Amino acid sequence: MSDSVRNTIYFAGVALLIIITGFVQSWNTALFILNFGLISAIMALGVNLQWGFAGLFNVGIMGFVALGGLATVLVSMPATPGAWQAGGASVIGALVLGAATVVAAVILMTKMKAGKLRSFSVFGVLVVGFFVYRGLFDPAVGLIEEIDPAATGYLGGLGLPVLLAWPAGGLLAAVVAWLIGKTALGLRSDYLAIATLGISEIIIAVMKNEDWLGRGVKNVVGLPRPAPYEVDLQSNAAFIERANGLGFDAVTASTLWVKLIYAGLFTVVLVILFVMAQRALHSPWGRMMRAIRDNEFAAEAMGKNVTARHLQIFVLGSAVCGIAGAMMTTLDGQLTPGTYQPLRFTFLVWVMVIVGGSGNNLGSVLGGFLIWWLWVMVEPMGSVLMNFVTYGMTDGYWLKDHLLESVAHMRLLTMGLVLLLVLRFSPRGLIPEK
Amino acid sequence: MIDFLNAFVALSNFVLIPAISYGAQLALGALGVTLIYGILRFSNFAHGDTMAFGAMCTILVTWLFQSWGISFGPLPTALLAMPFGILATMGLVLFTDRYVYKFYREQKAKPVILVIVSLGVMFILNGLVRFIIGPNDQRFSDGERFIISVREFKALTGLKEGLAFKTTQGITIVTAVIVVIALFWFLNRTRTGKSMRAYSDNEDLALLSGINPERVVMVTWLIVAALATIAGTLYGLDKSFKPFIFLQLLLPVFAAAIVGGLGSPLGAIAGGFTIAFSEVMITYAWKKVATYVVPESWAPDTLVQLLSTDYKFAVSFVILIIVLLFRPTGLFAGKSV
Repeated sequence: MSDSVRNTIYFAGVALLIIITGFVQSWNTALFILNFGLISAIMALGVNLQWGFAGLFNVGIMGFVALGGLATVLVSMPATPGAWQAGGASVIGALVLGAATVVAAVILMTKMKAGKLRSFSVFGVLVVGFFVYRGLFDPAVGLIEEIDPAATGYLGGLGLPVLLAWPAGGLLAAVVAWLIGKTALGLRSDYLAIATLGISEIIIAVMKNEDWLGRGVKNVVGLPRPAPYEVDLQSNAAFIERANGLGFDAVTASTLWVKLIYAGLFTVVLVILFVMAQRALHSPWGRMMRAIRDNEFAAEAMGKNVTARHLQIFVLGSAVCGIAGAMMTTLDGQLTPGTYQPLRFTFLVWVMVIVGGSGNNLGSVLGGFLIWWLWVMVEPMGSVLMNFVTYGMTDGYWLKDHLLESVAHMRLLTMGLVLLLVLRFSPRGLIPEK
Repeated sequence: MIDFLNAFVALSNFVLIPAISYGAQLALGALGVTLIYGILRFSNFAHGDTMAFGAMCTILVTWLFQSWGISFGPLPTALLAMPFGILATMGLVLFTDRYVYKFYREQKAKPVILVIVSLGVMFILNGLVRFIIGPNDQRFSDGERFIISVREFKALTGLKEGLAFKTTQGITIVTAVIVVIALFWFLNRTRTGKSMRAYSDNEDLALLSGINPERVVMVTWLIVAALATIAGTLYGLDKSFKPFIFLQLLLPVFAAAIVGGLGSPLGAIAGGFTIAFSEVMITYAWKKVATYVVPESWAPDTLVQLLSTDYKFAVSFVILIIVLLFRPTGLFAGKSV
């Protein structure tokens, strides 16, 4: 069986799973799985760039996804009236000053001769810089957060079309990834893992607590949408007529149609990114990356700048995750920093890449769809299973109640089991690297 | 003079005692991470959830004891239940080693593969804990709440500031000291402990001198299970038991192990206290202490808090980065297991 036949069978299988879900559960669920599957596939592509191409162990994906979400708010929401006048300039000024402090400290550190004098001056610059920064920053933030805190209380965004937020999300993630990569790359793989894990937690902490930026845990709701609203469709005579012609009632048709529009947009992004990743993999650049991955020292001896290439692909992969994050927030229509969990947004993406086949773009896409489908469907399947297991028990028996209640936690168990089984019996994934 | 005493009491109450007990918990966790790294040579991401599993088993046995009416006088019943929790966790880690990790060890897989495998174990343990005990907060501490409470302390000393010393904090510190002494005695004085250190220093040389690697690995897992259960239970007693907390604890625990120097038990302890003290001191509002120490006219009108408590991750992380950049092998490099 040739590779292309096998791959076709795999993708047809996943498509079949989603279609069966449509028939058994509802088309709404099926399209929900499809949309998030598309986003998951993009995240998996990003992680595959880093891990599959270059062997970088990044467990901070959640942070970049969240940054993409933040970019959606910053780009698409209207600016809060009065907020910029109240404290916008001071906040930006304080941030620039904070950055300048760090840069100054780094310059002193590299330019001055080692010794007590250097330690004192670096320390002095940092301490003075910190207090000046806080002195400028805190009152301005207070002013911004006072503006109608129940509805806004943050700077707001640029009010641009929401589709622009997708590349912007990638850009924001890329900038942050560059900063992280500058400091943390070149560390051993274990250290890089811990460093990225820490960074992602910090990004989430910043998004939860800096209310002036994205309202923190108060969430930003009602983001602009690239698709029409269901309510508008339901009052549109032409739409109702067409829906009835196809045998749907207007409410169902409108929700399905909106989801289909999203699916179309996401597919375009996925295809573009996939083609680019595929081109990159088969270019000399991609071969160089794999050479570095397989033997760093040999590649370095051949004159390849390993650190620079690592930084490059770290930024690229993170940018792809940022784009996916922006798309996801757009689909949700709200930014909720409290919902970002490492198990869901970092480690699940890892399961996707490993199961699909690391080093193979097609494999990652497949893994993204398949694992996402499983993640959603484990719960209903688990409750069927538990109903079967507890069939003989009397109602109200504590074990029966407990088992039925705990079905929700079957997800993590299943994901771990799938990951371990694949690693053990098919370590190169469903579609192995060629 | 009295002002300085008051300042010191406030400092002990809000900074020193919490930081010492938190540091002890981190140190116990970091010891487990560092031992695995030293002997099995990978970063065990499942360690946080091993702690959760151990604490969960202890809680279940505690509830059983409580329903039987067994108690430990003024001390929490959980201390009586802990040995059973340790046994259960030992069973669990030996099971995962036998059926998961051993395969990759025999293949001589790259460390990063073992890290990914430990991610899988982490998922399973996390799911298992949530499956058995649920995702909610569980309280299981009983016995006396305080060794000394604020009111008793004020009555005793007549100072304006009170000092509360919780039983759980006392137990944490005492247990940690006992465990650490026992561990170092084991590593330095017993034959098995010495063979562990030899294996960690130089695997090939240790094998040549007839050390049985499987035995070393097994003993390591047993010790790690005990450490993880004790750390998890103490943390649960002191704060509260929530399954997802232990995943978040992974970051400071790893930071402690790396800051101290991965593979070095002494480093893990130093790292644990470094992280704990910096976290508490940087996120503490110093206003109260400062008002006692400085003259009245200088008294600060803000909280004098360097960072809000929500950023305590950032603290452990920044320390981690600084240490990695300036001293990549950690504080205690060279001193192996």
